[in-house]
Amino acid sequence: MTSLENIRSTVNDSKFTYRQRIAQLANLAENLLDPPPVRKQCTDALEKRIICDMFEGNAPYRPRYLLPDYKKVLDNGSVFLELPAAKDFDDALAFLLIMYSATPSITGYPVYFGDLDTLLLPYVDGLSDEDLYAKLKRFWISLDRMFPDAFAHTNLSPVYNRVSQMIFKLERELLQVVPNISLKVDPVLTSDEYILDAVTTVFACGKPHFINDVMMQSDLGSQYAAVSCYNSLKIGGGSHTLVRINLKKTAEECNGGVEKFFETTLPFYLDLTAELMESRILYLVEESGFFESNWLVNEGLLDLEKFSPMFGLFGLAECVNILMEQEGDSGTYGHSIAADDLGYRITSFIADWVSHRKMPYCDGNDGYAFLHSQSGIDLDLDVTAGTRIPIGTEPPLIDHLRTVSRHHHLFASGISDVLSFDETAVKNPQAVVDVIRGAFKSGMRDFTFNLDSNDFIRITGYLVRKSDLAKMPSARHSSTFLGAGSVADSHVNRRNVKRVMSAESSPSTSS
Amino acid sequence: MLKAHQAQVASTIKFSWVDGPGNRYVLFLQGCNFNCLACHNPQTIPLRTPRANEMTVQEVLEEIRGSMPYISGVTVSGGEATVQHEFVLDLFKEIKSRKEFKGLTTFIDSNGNAPQEVWIQLAPFTDGVMLDLKALDDAKHIELTGNSNVVVLDSIRYLDSIAKLYEVRLLLVPGQNDSDRELIDTAVWLRGINPEMRIKINAFKTHGVRALARQWPEASDADLARYKDIVN
Ligand code: SF4
Repeated sequence: MTSLENIRSTVNDSKFTYRQRIAQLANLAENLLDPPPVRKQCTDALEKRIICDMFEGNAPYRPRYLLPDYKKVLDNGSVFLELPAAKDFDDALAFLLIMYSATPSITGYPVYFGDLDTLLLPYVDGLSDEDLYAKLKRFWISLDRMFPDAFAHTNLSPVYNRVSQMIFKLERELLQVVPNISLKVDPVLTSDEYILDAVTTVFACGKPHFINDVMMQSDLGSQYAAVSCYNSLKIGGGSHTLVRINLKKTAEECNGGVEKFFETTLPFYLDLTAELMESRILYLVEESGFFESNWLVNEGLLDLEKFSPMFGLFGLAECVNILMEQEGDSGTYGHSIAADDLGYRITSFIADWVSHRKMPYCDGNDGYAFLHSQSGIDLDLDVTAGTRIPIGTEPPLIDHLRTVSRHHHLFASGISDVLSFDETAVKNPQAVVDVIRGAFKSGMRDFTFNLDSNDFIRITGYLVRKSDLAKMPSARHSSTFLGAGSVADSHVNRRNVKRVMSAESSPSTSS
Repeated sequence: MLKAHQAQVASTIKFSWVDGPGNRYVLFLQGCNFNCLACHNPQTIPLRTPRANEMTVQEVLEEIRGSMPYISGVTVSGGEATVQHEFVLDLFKEIKSRKEFKGLTTFIDSNGNAPQEVWIQLAPFTDGVMLDLKALDDAKHIELTGNSNVVVLDSIRYLDSIAKLYEVRLLLVPGQNDSDRELIDTAVWLRGINPEMRIKINAFKTHGVRALARQWPEASDADLARYKDIVN
């Protein structure tokens, strides 16, 4: 509950910018209200953080993630914004910046900038390379300076084109945190040349992520995008809320071994997770008036029928290890076939459970929530993101890929594993292409890798510049604060193997 | 004589990013017909050692399956790969004929000390050879490896003529084979065979080498810059 003291310290907090203080104050005000009603068991589980509402706030008055149909608005213009359809490249860029500034979100900044190569390609005919470079560069700098939130995400289409090529060139030159980028990879349409260009860009600035376009399309249809951190959702829709279950704590609530876990403990907490989601969805849709009043909805750029909430889980590794111990088996996740199989049994069980639990206003997925492997927030101590293998215990790359990739097909709204590569990758980028293509062939959904030697550190799906961390506290990007928490809490800068811990949201900031 | 279907194997690597193009499965065969002072893996020189494992072609194929679909191909290294060329031939034939391995490339990492007949047999099933040239001057070569380089130079010429030479690697040891004169001669000779030839420079490191070579200095960054300057 908010106290006057919380408000005072936010008002006077010199490590926040003006805008960050406003966002934080709005959060504090929202939390003066009572949360949407749930049963006592649910509140108890929430207090024990067995389930978690990601600190979204007590009165959801905008969906957590929304993906406006930018193509439609560029083609048709907007009454609300008093803008005609875009006619040329300059129109399109200005239109998009205006759109972003008028798009609500949980962070205050848009989580989705659109598939920018696809959106801009119709306007580049007749534009010289010099003009394309100069105009796109100004736009790219604007994105980073106007929307300084590393969750803000753009996607690139599977086919190499003038715009995507220029975007990678600018990325390598500008080395900005924003925008986050995902490249949609198709086994046939996406050329080695394109992936190599992308891999070289990762070497420079840690972006893009690579996503399995075939798998995504079969789960979400052709109109989808990855936004924020590994959240894949429908364009023109989104996710009302993200609620997650802490599998480590769930296992700790069980003392009767694996069978009891599946029979009673897990279903009990899954049910409470669903209840919490349900109450938040009902508030958003039935009380807040968002879907009656927001201009994006009124102009057909967002449609409630394309929404489904994200049912998140994390701490699978610890959950498996605790249950293995209860069974008297010393095998651990990532290092034992029995443990890995148990892990898969758990995620499969949850996927099945979620696919049978009806949710209100979830036509985006035929009435059910989307399953999501949640990559963590900076409060998560001693618990591993999603279905990842704990930091510092990762097996060799090939076993690592095998352990984690079997889960990926279950998580339509996103799952992530961050692999950390050393300098040998730089001398042989084709090897990285091989691994990416192989990963997608064997069922990975999302592939992210870090190069240890550049200035960027990937905390979950978003980037923080190491040099910005050194400059704390006065960083311009909201997400840098989350990164600072993560570095301190999860020893990211002590990591010796191949990956970082993550944070998606923190109660001390508003994302 | 070893049976062709069984190899003396020093070790294998499921994913390697330093043994040819892309991500590769690497089979290090035991046994070498040189005895280089600068050898980084002298324990792989004898053909027979209790440390080696025997593997059949089928066992190697099973391991390769384990690295798929993440790899571009397979590299056989050593020791010296061609010492057990019958095995390499059997292995590569299987890889090239079975549908499940379609698209995998086959590379050999060799010291070049194999007669032309061996290359003639291997060539139809081999996509490329990465070949070490320890010294162009024969006396120097004998000093460094215990053997003449006549066969090595023939191998370079022959493999280039059939477009199977992927790259030539020079292991340069400060004060041993890295003078400007030697480097220029080597580059001129190689480029005379093929102006487009890929020449890769490896800097000498004392890691793993035997006592005598451990006293040699490692190549510095400045040395490396000079080598690259002359050769490229
Ligand atoms: S040719 Fe290679 S394996 Fe053989 S002795 Fe020389 S360095 Fe060692």
